Amino acid sequence: MGEATREAFGQALVALADRFPELVVLDSDLSKSTMTAEFAKRHPARHFDLGIAESNMIGAAAGLALSGKIPVATSFACFLVGRLETIRVAVTLNRANVKLVGTHAGLGIGDDGASQMGLEDLAAMRALPGMTILQPGDGLETRQAVEWMLGHQGPVYLRLTRQKLDDAHRPDYQFACGKADVVWLPEPLPKNFQATVFASGGTVGGAIAAAKGLLPKGFAVRVVNVGTIAPFDVDAVEDCAKDSARLVTVEDHNIVGGLGSAVCEAAAMLGLAKPVVALGVREMGESGTPAELYERHGLSAPHIMAACIKNLA
Amino acid sequence: MDALASWTRALRADIIRMIAAAGSGHPGGSLSVIDILAVLYAKHLRHDPKNPERPERDRLILSKGHACPALYAVLAHRGFFPMERLATLRQLGSPLQGHPERHRLPGVEASTGSLGQGLSMGLGMALAAKLDGSSRRVYVVTGDGEMQEGQIWEALLAAPKFRLDNLTLIVDANNGQIDGHVSEIMPLDPLPDKLRSFQWDTRCVDGHDLEALDQALAAIQTVRDRPQAIVAKTTKGKGVSFMEDQIAWHGKAPNKDEVEKALKEILGG
Repeated sequence: MGEATREAFGQALVALADRFPELVVLDSDLSKSTMTAEFAKRHPARHFDLGIAESNMIGAAAGLALSGKIPVATSFACFLVGRLETIRVAVTLNRANVKLVGTHAGLGIGDDGASQMGLEDLAAMRALPGMTILQPGDGLETRQAVEWMLGHQGPVYLRLTRQKLDDAHRPDYQFACGKADVVWLPEPLPKNFQATVFASGGTVGGAIAAAKGLLPKGFAVRVVNVGTIAPFDVDAVEDCAKDSARLVTVEDHNIVGGLGSAVCEAAAMLGLAKPVVALGVREMGESGTPAELYERHGLSAPHIMAACIKNLA
Repeated sequence: MDALASWTRALRADIIRMIAAAGSGHPGGSLSVIDILAVLYAKHLRHDPKNPERPERDRLILSKGHACPALYAVLAHRGFFPMERLATLRQLGSPLQGHPERHRLPGVEASTGSLGQGLSMGLGMALAAKLDGSSRRVYVVTGDGEMQEGQIWEALLAAPKFRLDNLTLIVDANNGQIDGHVSEIMPLDPLPDKLRSFQWDTRCVDGHDLEALDQALAAIQTVRDRPQAIVAKTTKGKGVSFMEDQIAWHGKAPNKDEVEKALKEILGG
């Protein structure tokens, strides 16, 4: 196993602190979980713990941004999106250069259960004009995404996992905002694919495992990592639809409003005559291990394999 | 002070004209807050209309964004934009939106209108000033009805922790909100006691007494290590007899006769 994307985020903040002197970090009593504690320890004057008061933290971040700082405000994904009204006005309407970092995304938080699971955050954030949404699929991508985010002028939502993720990228990977990237291709390269699977964050590893599992069964499947949810890479959908019999999406998020919706919207707008099989969470979450929950809620490799090959009558 | 009093009459007249021209808007809260804004801009807030983004300016956030006709009138009079623009309030494409937006109008420091957010943004601006070692100050103006929002109390709790003596909250306490009087809808008193118990340096003032407002705003400059609150007791619709303390005038435009009557009362003659 590799590392949790929240861990890579915490390390990146420390590594980039000197390069971005205007960087400040805001927390709401979860710095040990969102992995900002090390930054806080090393740069106490640039760290503000606002206590268990996320709305105020987000508003304060907007004020800092309007005064030229680069504020990174963190909490669990669910607690950030719960303050959508403050994000909508203080951040979005102000076009404030605020970086919101929601960790413990989705079912992947595991045994803490439903109230701690951010499963609606992508849907809400996608509805905010000007909000860039990043969901890296491994530690390497996270480090580069954080660096890009700090240099970018404008609001960003970075969605991170509690659970450790396998490395999805080769060491020479280069992050590009707004670009989906292929993380798995069968060899030899087929002329046509049974499916292209679009995955993001916590589901990328399962998608690659599914593609590997289908190869000996004679099914060629490509896996695309969608590291940027907004602006969405419509071209990637168009390109992959050309040589794939179907598109499959898999996300640790409610089935409404996230990656699956983005792919369906792109396919419909482009007039692509290709079926989309969307895997996502359809209920409130519950307690369990991440692996158990991914299995129970239809996001695990066996479910992805089935989505790639099941009869679409 | 005579010049200032005369200026507030001109500002009140412009508020009435703007809202009448727009056909909608919030005269009650604009007329209650205007003396506060006038004293701030005339005597205390360091600002530069020719260079509105000058980094070392003080910041004013009108958290009760619906009172923006008052802010727009002050900004126009100070020279942030031509006076003629006041007549475009609430029109399609106008920089004078129904609630203030910083990207549309120079001099607006923060987009507001969703009540309860301004003090948090002011807190962030005050933190930034401290980080920069700057003497710039941040003033946040809220309504008393707005104090019912929970986020306000999060910010009230946080500012003393960071010893933000460069942050001042001014409550336009006009005792009015859309559904009725604040004292009936969700009583707030004793507000000064609450603010003091949150460790804010707190004083109360008649929010239409220009001299008293000036003295209060001068006095807070010397407070160290603590944020300050000024509870300004005001009258909704102040200066227009038929609007004063009338909840119905929270958010409606005067008709032609009412405008005439209001302007006569404000400007005399």
